[in-house]
Amino acid sequence: MTDLNPLAALHRAGGERHDLDRLRARLVVRAGETDLLDVAYRTVDSPLGPLLVAATPRGVVRLAFAVQDHGAVLRDLAARVSPRVLAAPRPLDAVARELEEYFAGRRRTFDVPLDLQLVHGFRRSVVERLPDIAYGTTASYAAVAAAAGSARAVRAVGTACALNPVPLLVPCHRVVRSDGTPGRYAGGEAAKRTLLALERDVHGGPA
Amino acid sequence: MKEPFEHVVAAHGATVLRVCRAVVGPHDADDAWSETFLSALRAYPDLPDDANVEAWLVTIAHHRAVDVLRRAARAPLPVGDLPERPADDQPLDRDLWTAVAALPDRQRRSLAYHHLGGLPYAEVAALIGGTAQAARRAAADGVAALRRTYGTQRTDRTADGPQRPRAAEGAQRPHTSDGRRHACRTSEGSTP
Repeated sequence: MTDLNPLAALHRAGGERHDLDRLRARLVVRAGETDLLDVAYRTVDSPLGPLLVAATPRGVVRLAFAVQDHGAVLRDLAARVSPRVLAAPRPLDAVARELEEYFAGRRRTFDVPLDLQLVHGFRRSVVERLPDIAYGTTASYAAVAAAAGSARAVRAVGTACALNPVPLLVPCHRVVRSDGTPGRYAGGEAAKRTLLALERDVHGGPA
Repeated sequence: MKEPFEHVVAAHGATVLRVCRAVVGPHDADDAWSETFLSALRAYPDLPDDANVEAWLVTIAHHRAVDVLRRAARAPLPVGDLPERPADDQPLDRDLWTAVAALPDRQRRSLAYHHLGGLPYAEVAALIGGTAQAARRAAADGVAALRRTYGTQRTDRTADGPQRPRAAEGAQRPHTSDGRRHACRTSEGSTP
């Protein structure tokens, strides 16, 4: 059974996972040092399933739920931000920690810098106002439209929330229908209910 | 539309590592691989969307391998001072790298770029000079030479049989580790 085919041996000699993992880790470090890491990403486990978080050197640019298809989100980032996209946990350690604290009920606002380059115009002004809605409270789409300076743009507010590139970090889940029902959410309506319940419990719980 | 670079590394990292190991030897392959992917990452946004990514990477690997060998100012070391391998990894096939490093430069590159990197002979010729026919001949000569040297030196099936004791067999081998290393250092001198 001695295999003396040198080409087969050379083919076998390049694909050890251990070596490639080590080389990939080294590439990420070198890319960061040479300003070539345009988009770093990792996944973070959460009660809502795995979350994809991606950051540029300016800040977190994208957060996506599993239902949004992480592969599609990465391809979208490659097309809209930069194709220099690499899995790199280190630059996302801070946001991973803050998300963990949030889901544990120990954090009410996020401190990590955001990069909102994926939102423009009216949608941008909506997204920038959403952090004004305090933890544990909600606002109606109509109220947010009014606050963003265009009371009749209720539908546009709905779109802005649906397309919020950094849900959770920018709390679009706190925007609900006028009748008090949660309404739609990028992570699914059930995820929105879960988040509102978490915040209500923590907010209303013992100080 | 371009794939995220992460997918490029995942899809082609192993191929580029094979090419680098064959061209510069396992000792310097890590450096050549890193330089290749760093260069590729830098140039990636400007790569045409319909480009053959693997051929592009192999071409970059060729240039970075030239740099790595030039910096070291020597021919490939087949084994060198490799770090200790973890127990679950395949043992290093020293015979294989010794045989590859002993090939004349053009044969080793033609073989690596075509058989491991998938480049057509015309593109191999564009990298190493000469005609496509000459590149084809060099690759064939390289494979034939490997079949002779690698085949005659091997007495067990190292690559398939992890952790198999080799000490007893090693005693019957024609080269000590020092002799092997010395033999490989001279391979650059055999090319015109």
